[in-house]
Amino acid sequence: MALDKPYLDVPGTTIFDADQSRKGYWLNQFCMSLMKAENRTRFKADERAYLDAWAMTEDQKQAVLARDLNRCISLGGNIYFLAKIGATDGKSFQQMAGSMTGMSEEDYRNMMIKGGRSVEGNRYIGEKK
Amino acid sequence: MARITASVYSSHVPAIGAALDLGKTHEDYWQPLFKGYEFVKQWEQAQKPDVVFLVYNDHATAFSLDFIPTFAIGTAADFTPADEGWGPRPVPQVLGHPELAAHIAQSVIQQDFDLTIVNKMDVDHGLTVPLSLMFGQPQAWPCRVIPFAVNVVQYPVPSGRRCLNLGKAIRKAIETFDQDLNVQIWGTGGMSHQLQGPRAGLINKEFDNAFLDRLIADPEGLADMPHINYVREAGSEGIELVMWLIARGAMGDLAGRAAPTLKHRFYHVPASNTAVGHLILEESK
Repeated sequence: MALDKPYLDVPGTTIFDADQSRKGYWLNQFCMSLMKAENRTRFKADERAYLDAWAMTEDQKQAVLARDLNRCISLGGNIYFLAKIGATDGKSFQQMAGSMTGMSEEDYRNMMIKGGRSVEGNRYIGEKK
Repeated sequence: MARITASVYSSHVPAIGAALDLGKTHEDYWQPLFKGYEFVKQWEQAQKPDVVFLVYNDHATAFSLDFIPTFAIGTAADFTPADEGWGPRPVPQVLGHPELAAHIAQSVIQQDFDLTIVNKMDVDHGLTVPLSLMFGQPQAWPCRVIPFAVNVVQYPVPSGRRCLNLGKAIRKAIETFDQDLNVQIWGTGGMSHQLQGPRAGLINKEFDNAFLDRLIADPEGLADMPHINYVREAGSEGIELVMWLIARGAMGDLAGRAAPTLKHRFYHVPASNTAVGHLILEESK
C-alpha cells in the first residue's frame, strides 16, 4: 500500500523523504565528503574525476557539474547536503537558495528584505495567484 | 534537586553567526535583529544557568545519511564547533554535562522515548548560533550545554505531539537529578523559511505570529498541528519549529503548575532567507 504523502501538491517544493533519500544517497554522501578541506581541493582540481569515484548516476553528476540545484534535488539531493557544494564554491546560503528561484541574486535579496515570498497563491500546485 | 527555570526559543540562522563572527552586527541590515536579542543577554547574566539543555537540529554535519537518529542526546564532556564547509566558527568549545545527560537519557528512555546516545559529535550553527545570541561573544561559554539533536532533515520528522510529550519527559528527568542545578531548556530553529526549489524565500508572518501566540498560551492545541501545515504555510524548512514544542513541553504549566511568565517576545524578517522569532518563558516561582 502506498504511504500517505500529503506534501506532493505543494508548489516548487520537494520533500526529502525516505524515497528521495534512497535515490540521493551517493549524491548526498559525495556532498558530505566536501566537509574536508583536502577533498574540496581535490574536487576543484578535477570535478569530473572526483565525481567518477562515487556511485552516482550520470544525471546526478551532470546536475552537480552544472550546479543545477533544482535538478540535484529532483534526483534525491537535500539542500543541507548540497550546501557543501555551495560552500566549496564560496556561495552563501542566500545565493544558493536564490539560484533555484529563477530570480537574479539582487532581486531575490530585495524580495527577502521586503518580507519574503508571500504564501498567497503558493500553497497548492495549480492554485490561482 | 535540579530544576528547570526557563525556556528560551530562537531561530538559528547560519548567516547570524557569520554576521557576529565577521563584525557586521552594526550594519543597517543586521542592527534590528541584534537589537531584539539585547534583552536576553542581560537577562541571562542575571539568571546564571548552570546547564542549558539545547534542542536543535544537525544540518548534515555530525549526521550524514549513514545514520539518521530522530532524537540524539549528547553525553560527551565536550563538543567541538564544526567546520560546515566555510571553516569552523570562532566560538569557544562547548562543554557538556555528562552526568546530567546520562541521567536524562536513562530516565527518558524509561519513559518510552528511544533516544540515541552520542558520545562524540561536532556541533554546527544550529547549536552555536543560539549560544552566541544569548551569551554574546565570551572567551568561554558561561554554562554547560547538553546538545539534543532532532531529525528535521529527512521526513518523516517527529510529530508536534511527540515533541511536546518528550519535553514533559525531559522535565521529569531533570527534576529527579540529585544536584542543585539551574537548568534552562532552549528550543531552536525556524521560523518560516524555505531554502529549496522555486518556492525558496517563502515567509509567512501571520503563521509565525500565530505560532508564537499558541506556543505561549495553547501548546497542547498547537501540538496537534500536522506536518503538512508547517510545510505549506511556513516553508519546507519551517518544519524546524516542531523543536520548539520540546522546550515548551518541559514547562511547569503542563505538569500542573502555574503558567510561565512571558519575559520577552521578538520577531523580525529577514535574516538571510529566514524569519526570526525569539521568546523567553520564565517558570512561575
